[in-house]
Amino acid sequence: MDFNDTATEARFREEARAWLTANVPTASELEGLDYIAKARLWQKRKYDAGWACLRWPKEYGGRGAGAMDQVIWGQEESKFDTPQSVFMIGQGMAAPTLMTYAADEHKKRFLPKLASGEEIWCQLFSEPAGGSDLAALRTRSEKRGDEWIVNGQKIWTSGAHYSDWGILVTRSDPTVPKHKGLTYFFLNMKTPGIEIKPIKQISGGANFNEVYFTDVRIPDSQRLGAVGQGWQVSLTTLMNERASIGAGGAGVNFNLAYKLAQKVMIDDRPAIEDRAVRARLANWYVEEAGLKYTGYRTMTAMSRGQTPGPENSIGKAVGAPKTQDMASFCMDLLEMSGAINDPEIAEAAGLIQLTFMAAPGGRIAGGTDEILLNILAERVLGLPQDVRVDKGIPFNEVPTGRG
Amino acid sequence: MNFEFSEEQNLLREQAHGFLKTNCPPAAVRKILEGKASYDEKLWRQIVEMGWTATTIPEQYGGLGLGYLELCVIAEELGRAAAPVPFSSSVYLATEALLLAGSQEQKELWLPRLAAGEVIGTFALAEGPGRTSPKSLKVALSKGRLRGTKIGVVDGDIADFAIVVAKSRVGDKASWYLVDLTQRNVKRSVVSTLDPTRSHASITFRSADAQLVGADGAGWALTQKLLDRAAILFAWEQVGGADAALNMAKEYALGRYAFGRSIASYQAIKHKLATAYIKNTLARSNCYYGAWALNTNAAELALAAASARVAAIQAYYFASKENIQTHGGMGFTWEFDCQFYYRRAKLLSVNIGSESFWQDRLITAVEHSNVA
Repeated sequence: MDFNDTATEARFREEARAWLTANVPTASELEGLDYIAKARLWQKRKYDAGWACLRWPKEYGGRGAGAMDQVIWGQEESKFDTPQSVFMIGQGMAAPTLMTYAADEHKKRFLPKLASGEEIWCQLFSEPAGGSDLAALRTRSEKRGDEWIVNGQKIWTSGAHYSDWGILVTRSDPTVPKHKGLTYFFLNMKTPGIEIKPIKQISGGANFNEVYFTDVRIPDSQRLGAVGQGWQVSLTTLMNERASIGAGGAGVNFNLAYKLAQKVMIDDRPAIEDRAVRARLANWYVEEAGLKYTGYRTMTAMSRGQTPGPENSIGKAVGAPKTQDMASFCMDLLEMSGAINDPEIAEAAGLIQLTFMAAPGGRIAGGTDEILLNILAERVLGLPQDVRVDKGIPFNEVPTGRG
Repeated sequence: MNFEFSEEQNLLREQAHGFLKTNCPPAAVRKILEGKASYDEKLWRQIVEMGWTATTIPEQYGGLGLGYLELCVIAEELGRAAAPVPFSSSVYLATEALLLAGSQEQKELWLPRLAAGEVIGTFALAEGPGRTSPKSLKVALSKGRLRGTKIGVVDGDIADFAIVVAKSRVGDKASWYLVDLTQRNVKRSVVSTLDPTRSHASITFRSADAQLVGADGAGWALTQKLLDRAAILFAWEQVGGADAALNMAKEYALGRYAFGRSIASYQAIKHKLATAYIKNTLARSNCYYGAWALNTNAAELALAAASARVAAIQAYYFASKENIQTHGGMGFTWEFDCQFYYRRAKLLSVNIGSESFWQDRLITAVEHSNVA
């Protein structure tokens, strides 16, 4: 048992580190650019040097590297202050789906531009009536000649307002049971009939959008998978949710809370001397360390050629509620100044309060706490699925509530 | 990255698992729970024959000279089986104490006999309710003889000797003494506890013959060191037990039907068991790190030990109580085995310091390290 790289891994890590040291954009290079331009600049630089989308085949702009190289690259890149990526959905979810289902000409046309950051993609899946129960989506697609006409509404679409292309699941046949009547497409986000409205979040940000479709026309050649096979194609997209490994997570974590507890006072003594404070901090330390070492175990398995499975849901299931609780606790440590988020005077320039307000979203986006527990229960422990009252019933006869 | 047990160690795990499945089934645990015997003597003999008590004892003292990763593997399986044997007292505590601080003569005299299972050892710290400290210690040497009472010493009734923490006037105000418990000046009485599958005794020293272990006035520092090392091995037992409790709950839920379907299909049960899985996984991963730290005697040992211990206490408590809950009324009956884990989880969690004791030590370890 040790934490060392194999000789090959060590060589790769060294190579990655050397390139990053020489090529991470400097502050002056990025000055005056908005976050999308910054992200594009960094992505293009990686692409040109063969450090983008490491696991993709070289012909599509990747490096043809293994899973372990990807992990090592991620660890090394996270040690540098690099522009935040806006390509995660395109590269992590759209691309694997295109690789499995798209025609060769489309792969050649789209994948290199995804790798280089020239084109940004979004994912048009969730709907007002289809969240955790994604297959309950209602956006209609109807075939007319060589085209499909799409009407309906998507929601929670990250980055729709700056995306060039999107992946889209629709209901092509409402008269069959819900999983059987779906059809999957990709489309240009500038297609006439698409209207994008930002959603203001409780945190004040607006990263998500509502996307309305009014008689939007999509060529049949942009269908991925067979008509009615949209659910199977969607599963390919969802299976590629990134396994988060190694990254401890910046922001409100044990380190921040521990340092805060050393600084603020309880009854004229540093809060860290308080037994109740120590007990709670210890519990979070154990969770963070547990996730870190679970990641090490996963990496070991990958290093031996195994593929990580649904057990990786543990990261978000533990991390998201922990972040919320820690932000709340840190504000308690600040006592009567806890609510102040004015960056001029707030502790950590308001990061704690911002985290507190963003945390509810973390527990919902990309699989709610409850869905993650279902995944662990069903796919790791092997417990049966819940009874589905809509099973086998034509979609247009399934009872609907508010939505 | 090679954060995994080796093939040989996994083979040992399979062997230990198979052996205990055959020789320590729930019926064997129940026999000790309901009977008069203090421990399963036959099982203990077999464990000794397999060499488990000799695992980390160097070959020069009649041991196998294996590493701590092997001992962690064995600990997990013993915990899974809730084995009614004095392994933790004799191996994680008494053997470790002698390896830590025993003189050449003490090691030569006791280690080969511990390895061969000719003697059982234990460790005696507590003297009453609450947390023991050098100040609270009353057991002390008087005119070269040991006097005072230790209460609720695990395996105190069957052990041949104990490492006793006694008051000292010098150094850190505590010293270790090796005491032959079979001598006339030692009075032992069995104490009933929450977990009758692990026997306890109160031990009174009436001018008992006692031999200093380590330096006079070094006993408190040694105790801390010993507890750190033992915490990792206890934590592995706890993880094994937590895993067994989760499995038991899962198997029962799958086969139990209510309102026309398996209760394992209800989210209330699924989420409960998934939460147990999460706690067990976090504990296991912390234990991996603890195993590594113990095996390499790493500088991070104290932090690794406290993390493994806190996580394992929490995981086993949760899994054992929710196992009963998943079983419903049947889980509360004497006939069902759910009680084994519920009892053992609590016993192990107070055995070498409670959850809050180890939470506090964890933060102390962070304060002493430059990790944070």
